[in-house]
Amino acid sequence: MKFKSVFDIIGPVMIGPSSSHTAGAARIGRVARDLFGKQPTWAKIHLYGSFAETYKGHGTDKAIIGGLLDYDTFDERIKTAFEDAQLAGLTYEFIPETANTEHPNTARIVIGDETSEMSMVGISIGGGKTEITELNGFPLRLSGDLAAILVVHEDRSGCIASVSNCLAKYDINIGHMEVSRKEKGNMALMVIEVDQNVNAQLLKEISDLPNITQVTRIAD
Amino acid sequence: MEVLFRNVRELVERATQENKLISEIMIEQEIMITDRSREEIMAQMDRNLTVMEEAVEKGLRGVQSTSGLTGGDAVLLQNYLKKGNTLTGELMLDAVSKAVATNEVNAAMGTICATPTAGSAGVVPGTLFAVKNKLNPTREQMIRYLFTSGAFGFVVANNASISGAAGGCQAEVGSASGMAAAAIVEMAGGSPAQCAEAFAITLKNMLGLVCDPVAGLVEVPCVKRNAMGASNSLVAADMALAGVTSRIPCDEVIDAMYKIGQTMPASLRETGQGGLAATPTGKWLEAKIFGGAVVGSGN
Repeated sequence: MKFKSVFDIIGPVMIGPSSSHTAGAARIGRVARDLFGKQPTWAKIHLYGSFAETYKGHGTDKAIIGGLLDYDTFDERIKTAFEDAQLAGLTYEFIPETANTEHPNTARIVIGDETSEMSMVGISIGGGKTEITELNGFPLRLSGDLAAILVVHEDRSGCIASVSNCLAKYDINIGHMEVSRKEKGNMALMVIEVDQNVNAQLLKEISDLPNITQVTRIAD
Repeated sequence: MEVLFRNVRELVERATQENKLISEIMIEQEIMITDRSREEIMAQMDRNLTVMEEAVEKGLRGVQSTSGLTGGDAVLLQNYLKKGNTLTGELMLDAVSKAVATNEVNAAMGTICATPTAGSAGVVPGTLFAVKNKLNPTREQMIRYLFTSGAFGFVVANNASISGAAGGCQAEVGSASGMAAAAIVEMAGGSPAQCAEAFAITLKNMLGLVCDPVAGLVEVPCVKRNAMGASNSLVAADMALAGVTSRIPCDEVIDAMYKIGQTMPASLRETGQGGLAATPTGKWLEAKIFGGAVVGSGN
């Protein structure tokens, strides 16, 4: 069952006009910021399919920038996101693409500051629900049926065990897990789909573990 | 995942056997699935209700969308209502104006609560705040209205679709209107079975409705479709309360809607390429808004 809660139906509370093109876009921007872990100073946003065709009218651009500024779907400041970005020192560029993507509402967000850079692909699947399909070149395969967390970590022994121990401590069962890395000993990634809800305290505890760079909830 | 109902038949059977309201079954299921307390869940829906109330009030004061395509019709309707000689009656037009108000606020990038989507967000609150003046419900009954709507929407979302891109407008405004009709029946004192009849009658009359937004924007014809959805749900609710039943069971109507959606061409599923979007005026408006060249009639 894709829709689990009554609030998936009566909700989300959001700034209009479109649950997929506005609320979903804001969520994609916010996850990108969460994964980057800080306020980026620049952003290049590539839009595909229906996002590329209709982003101006739907405020998809403002919503993504709002998300990058950490605004939620219902934050009125989404409307002034461009002005707010200028004040916050965030420069941005939107690039509508013509290439076909698997999903019609796709955005590739590349963000960074003086020291680091990150790239992420998000899709908006309807009713404000979103999925992250790629991070820094790593493809992520999520069923979308389960809550999921994403852990960016150093490729060191014991890292995966310590994260799964932490989940066990909170009585959380892993439904599906994927680990990947680019090169031995470098940055690696864990994507964990779980059967139970994940709370902020658990995320904090995982992020405090050694060699963990970033922890984010990417689906719920 | 363990649930209390997977379809409308199970929902109605459970409510009837346990002598409970549909809204109560939805609340119980939410407690079971999310592991949250009844108080938390009721409080969250209360906040959603407040958002809906504020959106209606804002729309009735008058708003305009960025594109200029929509806005101001809710005000026209309320002014017309105040003259006191409407053809369809006060409650009906009040619901229509409040549904329009919500969708005008949505189009103007205001704050709304998706029910079940942003494009169909007007029907449930529009009917609620109009029926409220007739039935004088408590705050709790108004919150329950949203749970009853949610119960039917939950079935549609999981067994069919609530996305215009997947199933056309029948999946969005059609679903929203059925949800509202069922909730009106419960608030008016009808039985769980009558709620299901009202849903079925409403959706049957919105089958085949395509999603053809001009310039791809959630404005034309979305705002007015919410108006008609609201009126459809009020008529169906009255029919169900009168004892009229649907010959085709509710779940089968939902299934029919799903299958119709699957056979709908992509041009009529939220791509802004067919139907009203492809009319000469629709194309002209699109070019005017986005500054592009006016091309032929497309496909």
